[in-house]
Amino acid sequence: MAQLTFREAISRGIAQEMRRDETVLAIGEDIGAAGGVFKGTVGLFEEFGPLRVRDTPISEQAILGAAMGAAMTGLKPIAEIMFSDFFAVCWDIVVNEIAKSRYMTNGQVTFPLVIRSGNGGGLRFGAQHSQSVENWAMMVPGLKVVVPSNALDVIGLMAAAVRDPDPVIFLEAKALYASKMDVPDGDIVDTLGTAKLLRQGSDATLVALGAMVPKALKAAEELATAGINCTVVDVRSLVPLDTATILREVSATGRLFTVEENPRLCGWGGELSSIVSEEIFYDLDGPIVRITTPHIPLPAADALEDMAIPSVQRIVSTVSESMSA
Amino acid sequence: MTAPASAPALDLNAKLELYRMQVALRQFETRAYDLFLENYVKGTSHLSLGQEAIAAGFAAAMRPDDYTFATYRGHAHTLARGVPMTPVLAELMGRTNGLMAGKGGSMHLTSVEHGVMGSYAIIGAHLPIACGAAWSAQYRGTEQVAVCFFGDGSTNIGAFHEALNLAAIWKLPVVFVCENNLWMEYTRTTEITAVANPAADRASAYGLESIIVDGNDVDAVYEVAERAMTRARAGEGPSLIEALTYRHGGHSRADPGKYRPDAEVAEWMAKDPIPMYHARLLAEGATEAQLVEIELSVAAQVDQATEEAKAGPIPGADLLMKDVWADGGSAWRN
Ligand SMILES: Cc1ncc(C[n+]2csc(CCOP(=O)(O)OP(=O)(O)O)c2C)c(N)n1
Ligand SMILES: [Mg+2]
Repeated sequence: MAQLTFREAISRGIAQEMRRDETVLAIGEDIGAAGGVFKGTVGLFEEFGPLRVRDTPISEQAILGAAMGAAMTGLKPIAEIMFSDFFAVCWDIVVNEIAKSRYMTNGQVTFPLVIRSGNGGGLRFGAQHSQSVENWAMMVPGLKVVVPSNALDVIGLMAAAVRDPDPVIFLEAKALYASKMDVPDGDIVDTLGTAKLLRQGSDATLVALGAMVPKALKAAEELATAGINCTVVDVRSLVPLDTATILREVSATGRLFTVEENPRLCGWGGELSSIVSEEIFYDLDGPIVRITTPHIPLPAADALEDMAIPSVQRIVSTVSESMSA
Repeated sequence: MTAPASAPALDLNAKLELYRMQVALRQFETRAYDLFLENYVKGTSHLSLGQEAIAAGFAAAMRPDDYTFATYRGHAHTLARGVPMTPVLAELMGRTNGLMAGKGGSMHLTSVEHGVMGSYAIIGAHLPIACGAAWSAQYRGTEQVAVCFFGDGSTNIGAFHEALNLAAIWKLPVVFVCENNLWMEYTRTTEITAVANPAADRASAYGLESIIVDGNDVDAVYEVAERAMTRARAGEGPSLIEALTYRHGGHSRADPGKYRPDAEVAEWMAKDPIPMYHARLLAEGATEAQLVEIELSVAAQVDQATEEAKAGPIPGADLLMKDVWADGGSAWRN
């Protein structure tokens, strides 16, 4: 057992897979000797050398194109896009090339690759370095999308993503990089497409993702003192989506609150709310409520950013108002 | 710059095979166009009529395990790697005996078993992808080479420049081939490009030799290809080759190409690679009978492929939800 930060868990997860399989390689800007701008790849260059941990130019299309070409010819690349906002300059490779090619070729090619990226707000970086883009990826047929919320899951889901034969977008909540937890020694391998039940209550179900998970847990503690007992589910994987766990836990309490960092429109909670309405409508005891960032670009000032992203306080007040209405 | 070693000279038999390939590409695409007019070939298609020497010359210089990356104008590059005519034609017609069972269509021809790693319809996207295949070959130490074909208009998109730089700094075994047919879709490339030679004039920016070849002369193409492949296999890095050529028809589908001056079209029709090569082979000792035999046997092949493609079943719903994921399915939830 060792206490690990979220950022240390990233390099531990990658190292675990690189030791196991020499076709696993890492590429990205400043990931080598520098260890990554978020220090997510510290130690990899020293252990695996420049041929397996490769610095690239500031060429996001080339980074992801190279990852794709390598994946379709026998390697398992882990490519880093420094900030997920930068997906906008290489989205063609992700959406048109990586996501579609297996289908278009009638299964002739596979893409066992992982694209990691620092995602979301909380660091006061302003609108071009703070967006939560998981929904961009979720809506594209052919992409798997994983968003861990703690160090243990980072390692296990990274291993699962690397071992998965399909392309996985692995989004690392920047707000969580410094968070710590105790992690067991030895190899850790998790399963894609599994949500995690973190807390069980009888009154309402909070379904959260990434950096919103610790906030939902904290809110659930506060709500419990006010007599509202909440279930908290960590979605972890948007694609594949563990609807079995989520529907079961929503049925059990009769209320669904989603906690989403993304701007309002077309957030994953909208899809979830549609699934719940179609499939377990008669189990609901009240309206589905989505707690999201408003539909705005994220502001830089700490005071403004804190108002925009769902806070523990906003979760608590939204849930308690809705439950007492 | 390494001294250009001369490619091994081709003997007459090898040259007859180059002739056969060019004739096959010509007759196949002529048939594909007819089938388009008859509404057997749906959607869009982009023909390489007039550009056959580039596909034939490069394919002859490639090893069976080398990789081809092509564009939407990719029928010729696919066939040149040895993919049979029937599945290609059936793919154009949307039949289950198509190369991808009708799921890709004309613009996305792929045959991994022949090294055809895909045809890409977003301008420039496949240049970085070819870098990735070359990086993989380099890492695995296989001496395979990735050859990536694209048009003159494609030299103005960012991915071209990102790929050239990456290939140069990593010394990747990749050969970039710009098929300069003077036109993008309906605009003359020199009118929207800062330099006269869209690929060759950019080479020096990436520390590469500026190479221009007559893309209508299959022997010249073969020689330049062989040199670039040898260089790549030896670990000496990428090459960028600009092959001058011309498309006989329009950009796609039924485009008559009327935006092109008659004199320009006439000039290039006179430089048609196939009659030129026909004449050269006769001068080098081939007989008219040999060449006619090639033309007739190709014609029979095209007829047979047409019948087989037309007889192919229409795809059923079983294919619709297949192969989004590696497990063969499309499930996004449990
Ligand atoms: C990113 C992108 N922009 C525009 C197009 C539309 N388009 C298809 S082909 C083409 C012209 C390409 O010209 P060139 O690279 O010279 O190739 P050619 O068709 O002449 O072989 C254009 C603009 C596209 N497919 N992708
Ligand atoms: Mg062109």
